[in-house]
Amino acid sequence: MEHLTFDLAQRPLRELNQLLHTDAEAGKIGKVTVSNPDGAHNIAVGLNCPVEVEVIGHAGYYVGGMNKSASITVTGSAGTGAAENMMSGKVHIKGFASNGAGASAHGGLLVIDGDAGLRCGISLKGGDIVVGGSVGSFSAFMAQAGRMVICGDAGDALGDSLYEAVLYVKGNITSLGADAQIEPMSETDYAAVAALLQQSGPAFAAHDPHDFKRVASARTLYHWNADADQEY
Amino acid sequence: MCGIVGLLVKTPALRDRLGELMVPMLIGMTERGPDSAGLAVFTEMLGENSRKISVYSGLTEEGDDFNWQALGHAISTHLGVAASVEAKGNHAVITVAGSAEPVKHWMRETYPKLYLLSTGRSIDLYKDIGTPGEVAQRYDFKHLKGTHLVGHTRMATESAVTPERAHPFTAGEDFCLVHNGSLSNPYGIRRMLEPLGIGFETDNDTEAACRFLEWRLREGDDLEVALQKGFEELDGFFTFLMGTSDKLALIRDPFACKPAVVAETDDFVAIASEFRSLAHLPGIKNAHVFEPAPEEMYVWNI
Repeated sequence: MEHLTFDLAQRPLRELNQLLHTDAEAGKIGKVTVSNPDGAHNIAVGLNCPVEVEVIGHAGYYVGGMNKSASITVTGSAGTGAAENMMSGKVHIKGFASNGAGASAHGGLLVIDGDAGLRCGISLKGGDIVVGGSVGSFSAFMAQAGRMVICGDAGDALGDSLYEAVLYVKGNITSLGADAQIEPMSETDYAAVAALLQQSGPAFAAHDPHDFKRVASARTLYHWNADADQEY
Repeated sequence: MCGIVGLLVKTPALRDRLGELMVPMLIGMTERGPDSAGLAVFTEMLGENSRKISVYSGLTEEGDDFNWQALGHAISTHLGVAASVEAKGNHAVITVAGSAEPVKHWMRETYPKLYLLSTGRSIDLYKDIGTPGEVAQRYDFKHLKGTHLVGHTRMATESAVTPERAHPFTAGEDFCLVHNGSLSNPYGIRRMLEPLGIGFETDNDTEAACRFLEWRLREGDDLEVALQKGFEELDGFFTFLMGTSDKLALIRDPFACKPAVVAETDDFVAIASEFRSLAHLPGIKNAHVFEPAPEEMYVWNI
């Protein structure tokens, strides 16, 4: 299979995405290296096959959005909504990622070497997110399924209104959101953190799973409490 | 939406290229703000006893054909004030000896349709409706020189598309502000400021933020204290970029609803809503690129 290079300074983005949806899906291309992304939006979105994409530089909004099966690496930073709604595969941001990284991802693995902005993993639906740095406020808001491993700190209202997603945090948590609570780590949790760190690369594997705290839902918001206003 | 851009050059040799470096930044934000554009450039300071006033004639009947030289002559004749005029179509910078206030008062009385854009010893301000590319061409932005500038591309959401409602907004002297976002309490801010004698020229929410912060600075707050009070009083979504004669300052609301990215090298600090507007800058591949945190103050000095 072919290894192509694609210069976004010379050719339009639409051509790149079409190539990734036609030739790559037909199995003609194994890897595409994208140069001069220069912050363009929607790079390598909606991919449907196990192609490898390497973006050399900074990507704009929604890089790797809706990804299925592909393995996408960005050597620089990513704008809003990296790997949002990912179904499977892997997206790796080597710099920082802006707000809403991994929002509503159903599957796959999002790895961010640097910091993630606010609302990382909001409405997560089954994907895994591993962040080398810290995450901003309101991360994992209403996250339904999936896991987040945060090697740095978490901002305000982490895991507000969580459903069944589980968060592992090594650093400080500025504040937990409504219904989120710190729970004891089980052997299953240690194994899950170790496996996710291992999958994310050697720099991540250096973290000790025993340094992480587990944050999950207290499930007090699962049922409507008609007497809530009388309990104050 | 809206786009904001800012550039401060640290290397004196780059001051002559300020406009040339900025134009692609402004045009890069066209998709975020296609209806109007503007910028404030901070040039070498005038002496303590001179002021310059940026004036817009697009609302007068003469428009682009406004007779700026006659205006300069009339200021000298009627007020006995030495005045020089540098005009570009519907825009002019009028430099006067002494205080700007009597000249501004006289212009407002005599030419009520002239729109006064800015006043100071360092600031020149341009803004108009049109795409960023058209506005940059109209005022020859690429040849602007100076130490730092603040620019904006507008996609109007809460007040009409007119030249007065384009950004930057100014208040007082050598102060300007551009805004991406929308405030939810601009009328509360106005009701607080109007009894103090602070007048408003438009119904735009950004003007409320601009006049609030300038009022705090005038009351003796330093920039950091004024911005802290801004966090306490201004409610809504905002990324604000402000310019003074020697500083650029950036703040984002606590929810970081509106984007911003910064690139810093030994030669410059560049700020934009998105990286797209920074990609062309010299040495960008090795620049320190970061996303400013919400509710933090970022202040850069020339």
